[in-house]
Amino acid sequence: MIHGLAILLIFQLIGEVIARTTGMPVPGPVIGMAGLLICMILVPRLTPAVQPTAQGVLSHLSLLFVPAGVGVIGHMGLMVEAGPRLLLTLVLSTVIAIAVAALVFSGMLRLTGAQDG
Amino acid sequence: MADFAEIWSYLEHGPLLWLSATLIAYLIGDAISRASGRRPFANPVLIAMVLLAGMLWATQTPYATYFEGAQFVHFMLGPATIALAVPLYHNLGRLRQSALPLIAALVAGSVVAMVSAVGIGWALGLNSETLVSLVPKSATSPVALGVSETIGGSPTLTAVLVILTGIIGAMAAMPLLNLLRVRDVRARGFAMGVVAGGIGTARAFQVNETAGAFAGIGMGLNAILTAVLAPTVAGWMF
Repeated sequence: MIHGLAILLIFQLIGEVIARTTGMPVPGPVIGMAGLLICMILVPRLTPAVQPTAQGVLSHLSLLFVPAGVGVIGHMGLMVEAGPRLLLTLVLSTVIAIAVAALVFSGMLRLTGAQDG
Repeated sequence: MADFAEIWSYLEHGPLLWLSATLIAYLIGDAISRASGRRPFANPVLIAMVLLAGMLWATQTPYATYFEGAQFVHFMLGPATIALAVPLYHNLGRLRQSALPLIAALVAGSVVAMVSAVGIGWALGLNSETLVSLVPKSATSPVALGVSETIGGSPTLTAVLVILTGIIGAMAAMPLLNLLRVRDVRARGFAMGVVAGGIGTARAFQVNETAGAFAGIGMGLNAILTAVLAPTVAGWMF
C-alpha cells in the first residue's frame, strides 16, 4: 500500500512540476495521470504495484469531495437570495449537457460502427 | 476530570475532530446510500455535506477551522486523479476502438455544459460574478478552482458549484440515460465524467468498471478542455 501511495504521489509531484515549469493550461494531476499511464504501458510490472492502492482510493472517490462541498456554508447569502434560480440553472445545464454528450457518443458509435466487442 | 468546555477547546484547535467528523458523516451517507440500494437521490456526498454543515452551524465553527482538519481528505483528490490511470490502462483497447466518438462527445458535452449554464443563469437573472463562477463547473475541482480564478470568478463559489453539478449529474444520469435509451456503458460513463466530473465518475464506478474508466477519461479530458476554452467562453459572454 505504501509502495502504491508513493508511486501516486511521485507522479503527482512530476505532473505539478511539469505544469508549473511549462505554464501549460493542463492541471498537474492530469499530466501525472498521463505519465503513469504511459509508464504502465512501457513497464507492465508497475501495474500490480499501484493497482490495490489505486482501487482503494477510487472506491471511495466521493468522500474526497465532501470538504469542498461543505464550503457551501460560506455562500449562504447567495444561496438564500438566488438558491432556487441557481439550482434550476445547474439542473437544466447538467441534464442538457449529459444528454448531448451521451447522444453524440452513441450516435458516433453507430456511425463509425465501433460496437462493443 | 476536565470539563466539557476544556475538552471542546482542545478539540477545536486540532485537525482530529473535523477529520473524524468528515469520515463519519461520509460513512453515514454511504450507509444510507447502500441501504437504499444505491438509489440516486440518496447521494452520499450530499448527505455528508448536510450533516457537516449542520454541525458547523450548530457549533458556530468557521469553515476555515473545519477545513484545517478536512484538508487531509481534500488533499487526496490529487493522488485519486493519478489513480485513474489504472482503470484507463485496463480499458485501453476499448478506448482506442472508440476514439472518434469520444472526441466528438467531449467537445459537444464540454461546450454545452459551459454555454448552457451561463445562458440559463443569465436568463434567470443571476449576477455576473455567479455567471463567471459557473463557467468551469463541469471540470473536476482542482482544475475548476484555478480556471475560476483566471477568468475572474469566485473560486470558493466555483468549488461549491462543481460539487452541486456532480451531485445533480450523479442523481439524474441513470434515469435520464434510460429515458434517452442510451444503453452503451461507454457512452453512459463518458457523459457522466465529462459533465459531472469526479462525483459523476464515482457514481459510474458504482455501476460498472468500464463505465467508471470512461467516466475517468471524460473527467480528465474535460479538465483539460475546460481550462483551454473557459477564458474564451467567459470573454465572449462579458
